Amino acid sequence: MTASYDEQSMSEYVTATVAGQRFGLPIGRVQDVFVPERLTRVPLAAPEVAGLLNSRGRIVTLIDVRRRLAFGENSRAEQPMAIGVEARGESYGLLVDAVGEVLKLDDRNIDVNPVNLDPRLADVSVGIHRLDEQLLLLIDVDRLLGLAEKAAA
Amino acid sequence: MDDLLREFVTETNESLDVVDVELVRFEQEPSNAKILDHIFRLVHTIKGTCGFLNLPRLEALAHAAETVMGKFRSGATPSTQAVSLILATIDRIKDILAALERERREPDGDDADLITSLVTVLDTIDGQPAAPTASVADYAIGTLVPQVLERPLRPGEVSLDELERVFQETPVDPILARAHATPVKEKEDDGVRPGVQSLRVPLETLEQLMTTVSELVLTRNQLLEIVRRQEDSEFKVPLQRLSNVTAQLQEGVMKTRMQPIGNAWQKLPRIVRDLSAELGKQIDLEMHGAETELDRQVLDLIKDPLTHMVRNSADHGLETPAERRAAGKPEHGLIRLSAYQEGGQIVIEIADDGRGLNTERIKAKAVSQGLASAAEVGKLSETQIHKFIFAPGFSTATEVTSVSGRGVGMDVVGNNIDQIGGTIDVRSIAGEGVSFIIKIPLTLAIVSALIVEAGGERFAIPQLSVSELVKLRSDGEQRIEYIKDTAVLRLRDRLLPVAKLTTLLGLDTSGALNSGFIVVIEFDSQCFGIVVDSVFHTEEVVVKPMSSKLRNIAMFSGNTILGDGAVIMIIDPNGVVQSIGATVATQLAAAAVAAKDQPSTAAQAATSLLLFRAGSSQQKAVPLSLITRLEEIDTQTIELSNGRHMVQYRGHLMPLVGLDNSVRVKGEGTQPLLVFSDGSRSMALLVDEIVDIVEEHLDIEPASASPGVLGSAIIKGQATEIIDVGHFVPEAFADWFRGAGRPASAAKPSVLLVDDSPFYRNMLMPVLQAAGYEVTAVARATEALDLIDKGRTFNAVVTDIEMPEMDGFAFAEHLRADERTAALPVVALSAVVTADFVERGRVAGFDDYVAKFDRPGLIAALKEQIGMSAAA
Repeated sequence: MTASYDEQSMSEYVTATVAGQRFGLPIGRVQDVFVPERLTRVPLAAPEVAGLLNSRGRIVTLIDVRRRLAFGENSRAEQPMAIGVEARGESYGLLVDAVGEVLKLDDRNIDVNPVNLDPRLADVSVGIHRLDEQLLLLIDVDRLLGLAEKAAA
Repeated sequence: MDDLLREFVTETNESLDVVDVELVRFEQEPSNAKILDHIFRLVHTIKGTCGFLNLPRLEALAHAAETVMGKFRSGATPSTQAVSLILATIDRIKDILAALERERREPDGDDADLITSLVTVLDTIDGQPAAPTASVADYAIGTLVPQVLERPLRPGEVSLDELERVFQETPVDPILARAHATPVKEKEDDGVRPGVQSLRVPLETLEQLMTTVSELVLTRNQLLEIVRRQEDSEFKVPLQRLSNVTAQLQEGVMKTRMQPIGNAWQKLPRIVRDLSAELGKQIDLEMHGAETELDRQVLDLIKDPLTHMVRNSADHGLETPAERRAAGKPEHGLIRLSAYQEGGQIVIEIADDGRGLNTERIKAKAVSQGLASAAEVGKLSETQIHKFIFAPGFSTATEVTSVSGRGVGMDVVGNNIDQIGGTIDVRSIAGEGVSFIIKIPLTLAIVSALIVEAGGERFAIPQLSVSELVKLRSDGEQRIEYIKDTAVLRLRDRLLPVAKLTTLLGLDTSGALNSGFIVVIEFDSQCFGIVVDSVFHTEEVVVKPMSSKLRNIAMFSGNTILGDGAVIMIIDPNGVVQSIGATVATQLAAAAVAAKDQPSTAAQAATSLLLFRAGSSQQKAVPLSLITRLEEIDTQTIELSNGRHMVQYRGHLMPLVGLDNSVRVKGEGTQPLLVFSDGSRSMALLVDEIVDIVEEHLDIEPASASPGVLGSAIIKGQATEIIDVGHFVPEAFADWFRGAGRPASAAKPSVLLVDDSPFYRNMLMPVLQAAGYEVTAVARATEALDLIDKGRTFNAVVTDIEMPEMDGFAFAEHLRADERTAALPVVALSAVVTADFVERGRVAGFDDYVAKFDRPGLIAALKEQIGMSAAA
């Protein structure tokens, strides 16, 4: 019984790195991981919109997580990766420096955001996972995309 | 059971919409038994099904309404009150149905109020006092178990037998069943004809099919793109077939999405009826063209705006009967809706014969809202002032009425129509009424778009809004000029505001406006030019909605995937209109330095060519700059006049000319045309197919015996005949030249061409080039003299006679007076060759005189003159 209890409290996360910070995205929200190619710039778009690309016939809006979370342009990865997610029927790609392994983590080890967390991060984070070597910021995809408020409205 | 219930809800909703409309008609024509029978049958069916499905509330309501209608059928005069009550009952039924659909069961509630009223009405009709409460309780069936068949008849109820008899006796009138909402239209072409089978298909299936076809179109485009780059691919033929089949499939699927606009109008008679009662106005509603079909997605989006506008017309537009009498108008106000197809668009007009827009009030309101200053408003035309009603938050009704003053104004309507890529226009005549003209695309899904490049990015511009393409030249006519900092282009008889696409999109702020193309856009009765770096081809694109992260950008209406797989943004002409006003004034200051006219040495520059096919399969080309417009006309509109094919074009008759001298008009369908204009005159060349627009260095090899062909050149790897437009002009009219003169241009390798008409400049330049001359063209004699002053030398001058500022005679005198050019051969061109003219020309110093259409004569004269001067 304990095992199944444990099983229930475990969640899987796709991890990614942006400007040295590790993030975790719920695996259920992640569609695929790809190398962004043939990006079409969108003039007049918000700065975090890196552009549009064609992924198997669907138009994907690529969101630059670095700019979205105001991490600055330092030490950008040479070959950034994109994590494909879907939100409200639309396809998005989250542009990150690198994609890490998938982690299965115990929900009971999630801490609430520290009160002094940068508000921009606190806005998109649902908690912090204390990994042995590093802290993993758990991301709410809708909030990261800036769609959560509208969905609530 | 679930399926059954869903089916029931759908069917009942449809029936109720019909009942709504029919009741309103019935009220106006109480003697029309057919209408009543029809309503009665529908309500009875609803009642019966309710009983079967165990929906007691619905059944009770339907029953009560049916009973009252039964009285009408037996001859009672329908009172407005009774009809209103039945309508209210139907509304209640609709509410219950909505809840039923949501919750899959009949909602709790009590309808005793309505039923009581219905019974009261019934009793009034019967001439009896209101029935005792007991009978009301009888009707308040909320909880009653339905017993459709096994009980005694209630007061006013009709027996099943009688109903059966009624059904048997009632002639089936399927046309009426369909034509209910459209009393005005012809009744033969729709309705369920016997033998035409129909099938209910869930919407998602169609949507899914549409998406699949869209993908197929994209893939087809990709394949075409690949094959286009290959010579003699064996795929060409099967791909052509695939392409045709795809087009047919696309058309077929589109058809399944089409619905008559009457569906969106269905609720209007009821609304207008209720409004008449509420406002104390007598209003007639006329509907024309309800059978006009629209994509259902578009239909959904315009339904609300239309309803809103009809409400507006009833509330603000139409006067009260007293006011109308005072104004000498009939008491009945009229609201007329009409719809028809025009080209790739659907035009919907909503007109009333009311008081018209109050220009003064709109002015005052525009000023008070800060939309314009009092001074600005003073300069605007009435039409421009009327457009303010589409500005956000604008509503002229001083008092808020329950009908239209609900905070939604015409701005919302305008917005909705923008969203679907449509336009709205208003025409108002004080005292006579207002009409709104809405133009919307037939379908949202697939549009033909012109692919352009600006700032290293490609963009798609909907073809529907593109009226022409102009190649920018730093010389002569087609160059940007400035009024202070505002960039404009002289385009025939008008000044066109222009702006760089890159500037509009915030991609850069620098750069001169002296190269590239101007895409002339006509939108919303405004005309403006967007400067782009290059123009590719047109492509059918499948419009995909933009991500919600981008939807706030007014400059784009959507995005799509091109044949080569790249994502491209689709420009929204409406967004451009909005921003061009703001941008043109500010951003172009930097560019003002640029674009001083350097007469171009035409020889090196690449020429934009339009590739087309006509007659033979060989590719043909004509310089794009010569073409005013590309048109496609319905062959039905071609008229034969005086042995010539003509077509009405922009208010004039335009002659049509075929390449092989005999006009070959297609039997049916549309006919592509190349329109050439000079001043107010136009002619058109009939072609079979427009292939492409390319920019190529034009290296014409003369050697062509066939008339109307300048020579040939290799374009895109294919031998291409360069068509001599000039050859066809005399065929179109002999009197092309009697119009006023215009500036001219000259030839460079050694010939200076001076002609005020860009048309002839453009026409003669390739002729002279083909004959082996280098040509410099200028529009004015003064420009030519400037060039000579700067030390440019030429072997010969070819000049027009009739020109503004300085004519050909004066020009020749100037040349002869200057010792540098005293011996320069000067050949005059004129439409008029009379002995008088020739003599005058000799005196002025012309060496030769050639008629404008006599190109071999011109070449001969040049050869002779240059030969002579070389020998001298």
